[in-house]
Amino acid sequence: MNRWSQPILGVLGAIALWWGATRVFGIRPLFLPAPPDIVAAFRAQPGYLLREAGATLTVTVAGFVLAVVTGLFVAVSLTAWRSLERATLPVLVALNSVPKVAVAPLLVVWLGFGSRPKIVLVLLICVFPIVVATMAGLTSTPAELGELGRSLSATGWQTYLKIRLPWALPQVFTGLKVAVSLAVIGAVVAEISQPGGGLGAVIVLSGMSFDTPLAFAAIVLLALLSTMLFYLVVALERLLVPWSRAISG
Amino acid sequence: MIRLAGVSRTFASRDGDVTALRDLDLDIAEDQFVAVVGRSGCGKSTLLRLMAGLLAPTAGTVTIDGAAVTRPRQDVVLMHQLPALLPWRTALGNVMLPVEIRRLPRAEHQARAAELLDSVGLAGFHQRHPYELSGGMQQRVALCRALIQRPRVLLMDEPFSALDALTREELATQLQAMHMSAPATTVFVTHSIPEAVLLADRVVVLSTRPGRVLRVVDVDLPRPRSFGHNAHVARAAEHIAELHDLLIEN
Ligand SMILES: Nc1ncnc2c1ncn2[C@@H]1O[C@H](COP(=O)(O)OP(=O)(O)O)[C@@H](O)[C@H]1O
Ligand SMILES: [Mg+2]
Repeated sequence: MNRWSQPILGVLGAIALWWGATRVFGIRPLFLPAPPDIVAAFRAQPGYLLREAGATLTVTVAGFVLAVVTGLFVAVSLTAWRSLERATLPVLVALNSVPKVAVAPLLVVWLGFGSRPKIVLVLLICVFPIVVATMAGLTSTPAELGELGRSLSATGWQTYLKIRLPWALPQVFTGLKVAVSLAVIGAVVAEISQPGGGLGAVIVLSGMSFDTPLAFAAIVLLALLSTMLFYLVVALERLLVPWSRAISG
Repeated sequence: MIRLAGVSRTFASRDGDVTALRDLDLDIAEDQFVAVVGRSGCGKSTLLRLMAGLLAPTAGTVTIDGAAVTRPRQDVVLMHQLPALLPWRTALGNVMLPVEIRRLPRAEHQARAAELLDSVGLAGFHQRHPYELSGGMQQRVALCRALIQRPRVLLMDEPFSALDALTREELATQLQAMHMSAPATTVFVTHSIPEAVLLADRVVVLSTRPGRVLRVVDVDLPRPRSFGHNAHVARAAEHIAELHDLLIEN
C-alpha cells in the first residue's frame, strides 16, 4: 500500500456507496443522479462544459494572482512599520469577517457586466487570508534569529530579505492554500449572481431546466478544478520551502 | 582588553525593577579564556549581551581596547545555547551568512568556511540543512559561523548546554584545540564546573542576583587539558571543589 492507494480507495468507495444508494432506493436522477448519469451529461456536451470550466479557471486564477500580489504587498508594507501594523490589523480582521459574497451584486453595479466584477470578488474573498497569514509570518521571527541579525549589524533591508521573509514563507503558503480554495468559491458565487458564463452559470441554467445531471457534472468539474489548484499550490510550496515540513514535523 | 567598570543593569518588569547586575568590575586580558559561572538568573547572559553591544549598561562603562561598546562590533561575536541557524540554508550557507551581511570578500571566505566545517568534523555535511543534522552538529555549524569573521572576542552563552554529555565533552575539547591554535579573547558562560576548569585560564564566579564578581579563580593547569586531567587530577579536583563550594554557599 503506498500513500496514494488509501485516498483513491476512499474516493472510489464513496462513489460506489452513492451509486448503490441511488439503485437500492430507486432515487430519480432529477433528485440525485447516479455517477453514470453525470458521465453521460458530460459526454453529451464536453466542449461546452470544458469551455465554461476554462472561463471559471481564468477568473479564479486572475483573481487569485491579483490577490497574491496585493496581499503580499499590503502585508509587507504594514509590517515594515510596527505602529502601522498595530493600527491596521484590527481593521483587516474586521474586513475579513464581512461576508464578501454579499458584495457580489454591488460589484456588478460598480463595475458593470463581464469578467471584471468576478475577478474583483475573487480578489476580495481571498486577499485577507493572504494578508493575515503573511503578517503573522513576518512578525513571528524567533527572537534568537532577530538577535543574530542585530549582532551582525544587518541593515533593516538585509534582515528582511535574509531572515524575516524566508522565515515567513511557510505561513504565507498556509494563507495561499486557504485562499486558493476560497478563490474557486468566489468565482462560482460571482458567476451565479451574474450568469453569463462559467460553471456557476451552468449550474444556474441547468437548475432552471431541471437538468440535475448537468448541474452535477458542473459541480464535479468545479471540485476537480479546486483540487487541482490546491495541489498546484502544495507543489509550489514543496519546491520553494522544502524545509518547512521538516522543521514543523 | 575588555574592561567593565562599575557596571549595573536594571530591567523594568511588571513587578518593579529587576537589577540583574550591580556595580560589577571585571578586566579580561587579550586572548584570555574566561569562564563565568553562577546560579540561574544571576545576570550571566546580561553580562555577555553588554559586552556584545546588544544591551547598554544602566550605570558604569564597558570598553574594548579603551573604546566604549555602544553597538555590536565586527570583531566581537556572541554564540548562544540555541544554534539559531537559518533552516533554509545549508551548513555552508549558514556559515557564510556573516560574510554576506558584512559584505566581506566571498571567494576567500567560502574556502575558509569549508575549512572550518572540516575542522569540526563536518567534512561530509557542507550541503546538509540544519534539520538533517543532530543538535551537536548544528552547534558546530554555529561555532563555525561565529569563527568565520576571525573575531577577536568570542562570547559564548552556555553554548553546549543543550547537548548530551558526551557531545558536550567532545565539543569542549575541540574548542580548547581551536583556542590553542588560534587564540581569541573568550568569555564562556557555563553551568558545568568541570567544563570551566577544562577550558578557562580564569573562572569568574558571580553572586546571586544582583550579580557581582564573588571570586575569580585562576586555573593554572598546563594545556592541553582533558576531562581525565591525566597527571593533574589532584589540582583539577581542588579547583573543582573550590568552585563547588563557592557556588553552593551563596
Ligand atoms: N530583557 C529583559 N527584561 C526583563 N528582565 C530581564 C531581561 N533580561 C534579563 N532579565 C532579568 O535579569 C536577570 C538576569 O538574567 P540573565 O542575565 O538572563 O541571567 P542568567 O543568564 O545568569 O541566567 C533575571 O532575573 C532576568 O529575569
Ligand atoms: Mg542565561
